[in-house]
Amino acid sequence: MSTSANQIEVIANQEYKYGFVTDIEQETVPPGLNEDVIRLISAKKQEPEWLTEWRLNAYRHWLKMKDPKWATVEYPPIDFQSIVYYSAPKMKEGPKSLADVDPKLLETYEKLGIPLRERELLSGVAVDAVFDSISVATTFKDKLAKLGIIFGSFSEAVQEHPELVRKYLGSVVPATDNFYAGLNSAVFSDGSFCYVPKGVRCPMELSTYFRINAKSTGQFERTLIIADEGSHVSYLEGCTAPMRDENQLHAAVVELVAHDNAQIKYSTIQNWYPGDKNGKGGIYNFVTKRGKCLGVNSKISWTQVETGSAITWKYPSCILQGDNSVGEFYSVALTNNRQQADTGTKMIHIGKNTRSTIISKGISAGHGKNTYRGMVKILKGAEGARNYSQCDSLLIGDQCSAHTFPYLEVKNSAAQVEHEATTSKIGEDQIFYCQQRGLSTEDAVSMIVNGFARQVIKELPMEFAVEAQKLLGVSLEGSVG
Amino acid sequence: MLTIKNLHASAAGREILRGIDLEIKAGEVHAIMGPNGSGKSTLAQVLAGRDLYTVTAGKVLYDGNDLLAMKPEERARAGIFLAFQYPVEIPGVSNLYFLRSAVNSIRKARGLEELDAFDFLQVSDGKMKLLGMDPSFRERPVNAGFSGGEKKRNEIFQMAMLEPRLAILDETDSGLDIDALKTVADGVNAMRSPDRAILVVTHYQRLLNYIVPDFVHVLANGRIVKSGRKELALELEEKGYVGLETTVAY
Amino acid sequence: MPDVIEQQDLYVSSFRALERKFAARDPRWLSRIRQEAIRSFAELGFPTVRDEEWRFTNVAPLTNVMFQAAPDETDSWKGEGLERALAGDSPDIRLVFVNGHYSERFSVIRNRAVGFEAGSLAALLRQKDGALEAHLARYANFRIHPFVALNTAFWQDGAYLRFPKGLVLEKPVQVVYVSTADETPLISSPRTLIVAEREAQATVVESYLGLGPGVCFSNAVTEIVVGENAVLDHYKFQGENERSFHMATSQIYQDRNANYSSGSISLGGALVRNEVNAVLDAAGAECALHGLYLVRGRQHVDNQTTLEHAKPHGSSRELYHGILDDRATGVFNGRVIVRPGAQKTDALQKNRNLLLSPDAAIDTKPQLEIYNNDVRCTHGATIGQLDPEALFYLRSRGIGSEDARNMLVYAFAGDILERVRPAGVRAWIEAAFHARLAQGLSPKEVL
Repeated sequence: MSTSANQIEVIANQEYKYGFVTDIEQETVPPGLNEDVIRLISAKKQEPEWLTEWRLNAYRHWLKMKDPKWATVEYPPIDFQSIVYYSAPKMKEGPKSLADVDPKLLETYEKLGIPLRERELLSGVAVDAVFDSISVATTFKDKLAKLGIIFGSFSEAVQEHPELVRKYLGSVVPATDNFYAGLNSAVFSDGSFCYVPKGVRCPMELSTYFRINAKSTGQFERTLIIADEGSHVSYLEGCTAPMRDENQLHAAVVELVAHDNAQIKYSTIQNWYPGDKNGKGGIYNFVTKRGKCLGVNSKISWTQVETGSAITWKYPSCILQGDNSVGEFYSVALTNNRQQADTGTKMIHIGKNTRSTIISKGISAGHGKNTYRGMVKILKGAEGARNYSQCDSLLIGDQCSAHTFPYLEVKNSAAQVEHEATTSKIGEDQIFYCQQRGLSTEDAVSMIVNGFARQVIKELPMEFAVEAQKLLGVSLEGSVG
Repeated sequence: MLTIKNLHASAAGREILRGIDLEIKAGEVHAIMGPNGSGKSTLAQVLAGRDLYTVTAGKVLYDGNDLLAMKPEERARAGIFLAFQYPVEIPGVSNLYFLRSAVNSIRKARGLEELDAFDFLQVSDGKMKLLGMDPSFRERPVNAGFSGGEKKRNEIFQMAMLEPRLAILDETDSGLDIDALKTVADGVNAMRSPDRAILVVTHYQRLLNYIVPDFVHVLANGRIVKSGRKELALELEEKGYVGLETTVAY
Repeated sequence: MPDVIEQQDLYVSSFRALERKFAARDPRWLSRIRQEAIRSFAELGFPTVRDEEWRFTNVAPLTNVMFQAAPDETDSWKGEGLERALAGDSPDIRLVFVNGHYSERFSVIRNRAVGFEAGSLAALLRQKDGALEAHLARYANFRIHPFVALNTAFWQDGAYLRFPKGLVLEKPVQVVYVSTADETPLISSPRTLIVAEREAQATVVESYLGLGPGVCFSNAVTEIVVGENAVLDHYKFQGENERSFHMATSQIYQDRNANYSSGSISLGGALVRNEVNAVLDAAGAECALHGLYLVRGRQHVDNQTTLEHAKPHGSSRELYHGILDDRATGVFNGRVIVRPGAQKTDALQKNRNLLLSPDAAIDTKPQLEIYNNDVRCTHGATIGQLDPEALFYLRSRGIGSEDARNMLVYAFAGDILERVRPAGVRAWIEAAFHARLAQGLSPKEVL
């Protein structure tokens, strides 16, 4: 291997920084899944009868479904009976305030760079911290409540705003939607809930920080965000997990609903443990995310930076139902070592003059496998619909691969659909070219990767853009040449 | 300025340069000609420090220093510029950002103050005009989507911005139409100065009608088999390389 | 009305009738090629929509017409309308063919001293030019393509252009194929061979015009060889009347560092197919394919391009814009092949279409076949309508709706038109495009 390639390896070869385990007493149910386990989870959360039934129905339907095989990812069959479906740090009661939160948990989040103590809070960001199956803390809750914004754990919302939960739960992603959404509907434990009332512009970034800690545990969170007429909200989620040799399943469902003239911006920085160099361990990230632009002139924008997980399988989508509604998808997915990602989006144009933009950037290094799979569907009534898609792939090294599967279904002749795809490779040529112009290898690699991802990074809230850039650099455990 | 002594280099175990001797002084323009596969581009790349090639014998002195011990970026910072035969594309990185980083890393190495965005734009404006380049060039990603002619012009533009002491042009003329060739030659000629040396590597004599060299060398099978003044190029054009190749013993 | 098989047999038997005439004129190598080509046609037959390459183009309307070859005389034509066919003025080389036959009267060859070879292919065959045998029918594949096979068997004449090493021609060379069909539908098989040798540079404008009211069928094949470091700009203008048929294949072979660009403009014809196939067969070759089609009524235009990157460091740029009105239909099929050895290939392909009527339709299919991982390939296709807001904006400024529409259509075409390099040629093509827009876009006489 040449010098420049070695240097790149040194720069990039940084460990997964978030791989530690928090030693805390946990309450877990035994592994395995049946109706009793579901009733147990529901009972622990003191859920109303209708919700228990909803879960059970989901479970019964799920039993008839099969694990999907169409994605270009490979993994051994998952034994759903060996997974722990509920695990939570032991607490006497739900924490009333941050003062009640176990200091060990606070310490954990601090180590992750997410301070929960009010005095150290990131200014302008409200955080809901989810630890394994439950939400442990939510910051700035009271301040938000003054504006009528409901932000907190899903379990709380079930207790305090059952009418909202009942109205919207499953309205975007039905329990029967797909295998993993079905599983989630049966066993979801916690997650974030957010409601922004009419005409309110949420003054700060809302964020949820997901942490898997316990062994053999699956994380099945459920997030529901509703933006009522004319409201705006920007929401961000971050994810990490300890380094463990076994694979762990994360099957979340996220539902967004935007009413007339409302806007939701949903950003993800996903950095679940990706497994080691040889592909041992790591999270299976099988997630269903979908937003419904229900009202006229509404807008839903997904931005994701996916650097973690052994396998990522997710397609944050938009149903553009309201006339003039807008859907956006900006994605950077980086796969290194043995990571696999099959990700993309669906834009379903139903309303008139609906518009969608898809910008997908896949970076594959090592033996990484990166697939873009995107669907643009323009229904007959979607007069004047427009879509622009751009899918770029960057290959680093010779062992990785990139695939692009665009599906275009256009049923309306007055629609405009534009698709562009690029595959390119950074190799020693580019590095040498930069060196010949006086730049160091470090500068060259970061210049090339960040240049490639820039279109997406600039969509992130400013507080997180820098973090995402760093993350891309760290995750590049690749080599060139 | 540059002294090459008995330089041997190989790639993937195959010897390509088999003992090059060459002396280039400041102010001179040298042309290296030769058939495809004779080692012309290899020589250019070895001088710039490409690690695809292994130097197996010989030495290269640049201002009296051991050039071969320097990293590619150190050579660039010391004033060596290579105009690539196939300029490399860097998607997503704007020409402006790329070149300003390059200019400043070289300026820093020379103990000069870095140029701010404003100064940089001013300096680059004039040089772009000279090369007939549209200002939108600056915003476009480095070489991505450029036509062959645009890429070659961009190389010359970079050279003008980096103001090297030794400029090596590797087949900068190939694939160009006659107008683009003249523009590129004008750009190079504008760089000629008593303290700068230029090494032109080309397969075609035509370029040398526009960049008139002081010396012409013929490279065949990894060796310089003939050197002379500019007339040698014309002679080659007439007779071809055939006779010269056969004079080299293996 | 004869069915397809009978038609196919008719073509084969009319070849048998011509055979002796060809044999008297052709060198032996060429006779052999013609024989092989007609055999190949007999085997291939006319394509049907069941053939993947012909899925969207049905040639039945063409096979239903009984064509005749025009008599081998050009004097009865007095040059009416020829001025429409002239791109720019006072060329050094203009070769005019009437219904497939060379017209010395209207052709111009000046300044021969600089060293080019130009003239009638049939005449130059007799001069035993070695380059002819080396290149003619060596590139366009008559073994797999029925219309290329027909042309190869039947061609009577066409343009031959050879630009020797280092020659730089400033003025565009004109090759004009005129059809004067009246009551009798006429077929012609123009054959063009262009050889640009090492470091030569030239511009060639090839135009096909229907100057008679009748139905014609031009079945053209153009072979182009671009030598090492040579630069060739090639424009093809297709402007037969809207009852005519046009099947054309341009086959380009590029050597090391060769730079080829083409501009294909299609305005006329009832059923038109333009194929452009370029093989970048040596390192550092560069190829640009641009195209513009404007069709209305029931016109059908099919553009097929294949770019084959066979060697490293090749680059290709492809941009086709289509404008379709009324019930016109279009096809764009752009194939880019990157062979295993073609590292560092840089290919860009884009097809944009403007549908001016709800009944117009386009089938666009970009096709990338990449057998190499060290490449950069981009493709894109769009289908859209005129922006109603832009239309309204123009009208609110007092511009009539027809003018506003034409203005926007012209702007859409501008991306291609501005790539036509010689100013004289560009002005000529723009004028033809404008004239076509000015005729209005309402349904016109159809077959």
